[in-house]
Amino acid sequence: MTTAIGLLGDWVLARAGAERGWVEASLAELAAGAPERALHIFLGLAPRRLGKGDLALDAAALAAAEAARPGWRPGGWSLDGAARVLGLLSFRGSRPFAETFKDLRRTADVAEMIALYRGLPLYPGPEALDFEVGEGLRSNLRPVFEAIAHDNPWPRDHFDQHRWNHMVLKALFVDSPLAPIIGLDERANPELARILIDYAEERWAAGRPVTPELWRPVKPFAALPEIRAGLERARASGHMEELPA
Amino acid sequence: MSREMYIDPHAHMISRTTDDYEAMAAAGVVAVIEPAFWVGQPRTFVGTYVDYLSSIVGWERFRAGQFGIRHYCTIGLNSKEANNEELAEGVMEWLPRFALKEGVVAIGEIGYDEQTPLEDRYFRAQIALAVELDLPVMVHTPHRDKKRGTSRSMDVCEEMGIDPSKVVIDHNNEETVAEVLQRGFWAGFSIYPSTKMGNRRMVELLKLYGGERIIVDSACDWGISDSLGVPKTARLALESGIAEETVRAVCYGNALAAYGQSGQIAEADWLDPPAIDQRTLFEGNSVLRGGREPVIEAPGAARRGKLEIE
Repeated sequence: MTTAIGLLGDWVLARAGAERGWVEASLAELAAGAPERALHIFLGLAPRRLGKGDLALDAAALAAAEAARPGWRPGGWSLDGAARVLGLLSFRGSRPFAETFKDLRRTADVAEMIALYRGLPLYPGPEALDFEVGEGLRSNLRPVFEAIAHDNPWPRDHFDQHRWNHMVLKALFVDSPLAPIIGLDERANPELARILIDYAEERWAAGRPVTPELWRPVKPFAALPEIRAGLERARASGHMEELPA
Repeated sequence: MSREMYIDPHAHMISRTTDDYEAMAAAGVVAVIEPAFWVGQPRTFVGTYVDYLSSIVGWERFRAGQFGIRHYCTIGLNSKEANNEELAEGVMEWLPRFALKEGVVAIGEIGYDEQTPLEDRYFRAQIALAVELDLPVMVHTPHRDKKRGTSRSMDVCEEMGIDPSKVVIDHNNEETVAEVLQRGFWAGFSIYPSTKMGNRRMVELLKLYGGERIIVDSACDWGISDSLGVPKTARLALESGIAEETVRAVCYGNALAAYGQSGQIAEADWLDPPAIDQRTLFEGNSVLRGGREPVIEAPGAARRGKLEIE
């Protein structure tokens, strides 16, 4: 089985065209203990040299990604984003990974921030990245939030219940779909179901609709008295036709 | 007649509201360039300056995209804050990190304020950085002792070996423009009430000099200024009989040519945005998509006339 970094290398090099030599030389330099400035330059030049096209992976590549890191779904990745994650993973710096990551995130442009967060499932020492991930979730830039929340197994694997629940709630707040959240069913919990019913009632009071997706993490708890009562109110007020079993 | 498109190549959008973005988009502004500058009061920590630079390469770019306007920026240490040596040294260390970010079209706005030795030192250091990174430069010319300060800015550019075709000398007026054009630099004009240029005066200059290497901007910021400076000047110029191609050059094409030398701004960005950008960064300009004629309406006018808030 090819490792995640091996797959990224294959995909980027296959699409690098005339820049193949530059990518190979840069990665070798980064792996051989180059100063952090070399990493900054590689990350800055990646979209300029490789373009910002879609990685456009086929089914076999996506299956290989799943095998290398369960839950890793690079289907929506761009070429420059993949190259940036590859560069970061290849880099052997003098500081711990999390410190380098923090520094990169502080100065990142939007596309860089998306790439940095999409790469989360591939990084070493996930516990040290907790604060940085929280900063990304709090971002007002929806695509940055989605780089963490969507098609990314990191929240399922590492978030405590409080952070998980607030990620789902924020997704609803910013009109971001729930379906691409990995672990939406596995991590459903009664507290989240209660929060979502409260949220739906707030929306209805303001005359605003809610997405039907909201019910997916609620339904498994339909038998609990507090949740049942909320669902009954939804039906009584005409917001729900049929109660879930 | 084809729909007009405008670029405002000098706009401090970080100080403006969503009303401004809506009005600019409706008036046909497709792209803005946000020069790094001071924010109305001095920063006293390097970190606040770094976060400011991070805002203009990230958050503000995203915010503009939600209104269908493409946002670019320039990165630099401004002349006022260059006088705080401790701050300046710290900021200079961070600049190379930001200069290669997506959408950074120049080093700027840099130059002189009081024409002090510290201002001179950091002006030169930043021109050297622009030469090293092959980026254009946006020069802020001083408000006081302007004529001499403008000449001196161009002397320094020449001494530092940057090609005048890569340098926009901004905030010109009737007294400075002839020399700027004669020496081969781009000449920017900021249509900014009271202190810089008025657009009636601008029209007179266009009659005199034509449109070659002249760039109109609003320089709108936290002061009393007009985010519609470019479209309003375009309309006044057309109504005053200035040729359409001249208006298009000074309100669109010249800025694109000057800052396009960075490789970071191109017409395709708004006419044919990449799919990945459309998904993440750019909602698409409704003027371009819907085929409406641009309308010049005061920022917030539609909202002020409406009693109900939903």
